[in-house]
Amino acid sequence: MSATPVKARKARPKRSTILTIGMLAAAAYFLLPLFWLVVASTKTTGDLFSTFGLWFAGENNLFTNVGNTFTADDGAFGQWLGNSLLYAVASALGGTFLAALGGYGFAKYRFKGNRAMFMGVLGAMAVPSTALAIPTYLLFSQAGLTDTPWAIILPSMASHPFGLYFMRIYADSAVPDELIESGRIDGAGDFRIFFQVTGRLLTPAIATIMLFMLVQTWNNYFLPLIMLNDPSLYPVTVGLANWQGQAASSGGASGDYIPLVVTGSLISIFPLIVAFLFLQRYWTTGLVSGSVKQ
Amino acid sequence: MSTDTADSASEAPITPRIGRIAKRGRGGKGPRYARTGYLFVAPFMIAFTAMFLVPLAYAAWFSLFREQMIGGNVFVGFENYTRAFTDPQLIAGLGRVALFFLIQVPLMMALALFFALALDSALLRLSKTVRLAIFMPYAVPSVVAALMWGFLYGPDFGPIAQLADKLGATAPDFLGDLMLGSIANIVTWEFTGYNMILLYAALRAIPTELYEAAAVDGAGPWRTAWSIKIPLLRPALVLCMVFSVIGSFQLFNEPSIMRTLAPNIIVADYTPNLYAYNLAFVGQEYNYAAAVSFVLGFVIMAGSYIFMLATNRRSRS
Repeated sequence: MSATPVKARKARPKRSTILTIGMLAAAAYFLLPLFWLVVASTKTTGDLFSTFGLWFAGENNLFTNVGNTFTADDGAFGQWLGNSLLYAVASALGGTFLAALGGYGFAKYRFKGNRAMFMGVLGAMAVPSTALAIPTYLLFSQAGLTDTPWAIILPSMASHPFGLYFMRIYADSAVPDELIESGRIDGAGDFRIFFQVTGRLLTPAIATIMLFMLVQTWNNYFLPLIMLNDPSLYPVTVGLANWQGQAASSGGASGDYIPLVVTGSLISIFPLIVAFLFLQRYWTTGLVSGSVKQ
Repeated sequence: MSTDTADSASEAPITPRIGRIAKRGRGGKGPRYARTGYLFVAPFMIAFTAMFLVPLAYAAWFSLFREQMIGGNVFVGFENYTRAFTDPQLIAGLGRVALFFLIQVPLMMALALFFALALDSALLRLSKTVRLAIFMPYAVPSVVAALMWGFLYGPDFGPIAQLADKLGATAPDFLGDLMLGSIANIVTWEFTGYNMILLYAALRAIPTELYEAAAVDGAGPWRTAWSIKIPLLRPALVLCMVFSVIGSFQLFNEPSIMRTLAPNIIVADYTPNLYAYNLAFVGQEYNYAAAVSFVLGFVIMAGSYIFMLATNRRSRS
């Protein structure tokens, strides 16, 4: 091909040192608070106040802090972590299943109201979280479901229209119509075709949506804040905010809560960062091939 | 075309029955499969109706009532809405988030766009590490982000105050007059990476032949970015902007956490969402809170719509 010299030039471009340094500086800004959090988790309350925040103190107090975090308030923190895990996993599994089925249906079948329904779901993204949370709270309290895990899991499952949008776009380009057609000719029902053949083509999108739903539910603060009164049902976000409130409201007297908030924060972000790192291959390919290709 | 293998795999068994298939239309989009289509979307739509439409309709209904000491709920029509449109607390909150939007979103989008282009340019060393580092804050709950930055800003053991102290200066009052900027910094920290990843994903989807053509014409990487990549990013940019309109006007978590540190600066009506929350769950004014939320929803929808209209018009001319 005549384009060979051009390709060669493109494959080995000159790297820019200035750009690299600039981007590393930017990366440092984004990592700095996390670095501070790691450093602060190794300090006693006294060291937090008396030593420079961005470097370690002489002694490492991390394990004492972690121990204190898990034993404070009769082991509330461990319970909060468990609750967050339950809420996040249950709503991510349920929500992804609904989004995958629905997105595939909207992408691959023509029926009356297809477009109208889909646009309606997308329009719902503009509804403010409070507009939804207040009536949801009232309805759930009438049904006696507030202060139960369902109050978090059920709304979280259905309230991510972006998952449906993403799945529809992904299924549209990833699943060839001919594959469904040939499955039918082999005598398989459409649901069997989905679960055994075409659904597998959606794996990168499913992994992406599941990860993002996990993160959204794990990080959710507003919904559990209004739905739950019982501290033993709190997810870790509400629990930490509660500890922070106690640390702030009683001023210096409750200095003991500050290391708990700091160490608890570090522990609470650990699972998500690990998940993003390990599932990186899935969510990056999922996003690249699905998100904004139209 | 793109599905050669699937085509040839299904070719053989089709042949005897090809007439029937052809009549039914391609890809199961014929009327015969409409019912199956409904079955696929039914679970989502049922959950969506139960968890989205029913609560919304319920809120729309009870926003038309007023709870009274005597006589319980009274139908008052649009009284709550006329009150909301003239409520100075709500208007101040809307003004504040609008200001926030005007300052924070352009800055964040410019950064995200620049980072995405840099990652895509092949000019960068360590691009994978940089990408992960910038995206990492997205995995941090906004509650934890606000807690961390709250400590970093803090006058007691915040490193910024410590450094300023050592230099004999006083650190800026991050938790005082600068509060809105401090919150803008937290939100920028949280979401720049997310927007960057969406834009980067869109960039990866651009066919490379376009770049080769540009290279033949002698365009360098900067020129390619400006003349080819940015125009092609328009749909992704619009999507990110609409998400940002929604996010900014719904601001709640960050100010709600910062309120524990600076209760005098972050008042109960600092943002419309905070105001609605306090109306409902502190003041028990559920009916009025619902009306306030709807007003906020209208503002968001109008904002997103105006934005999309403006960008469409510009792309046409």
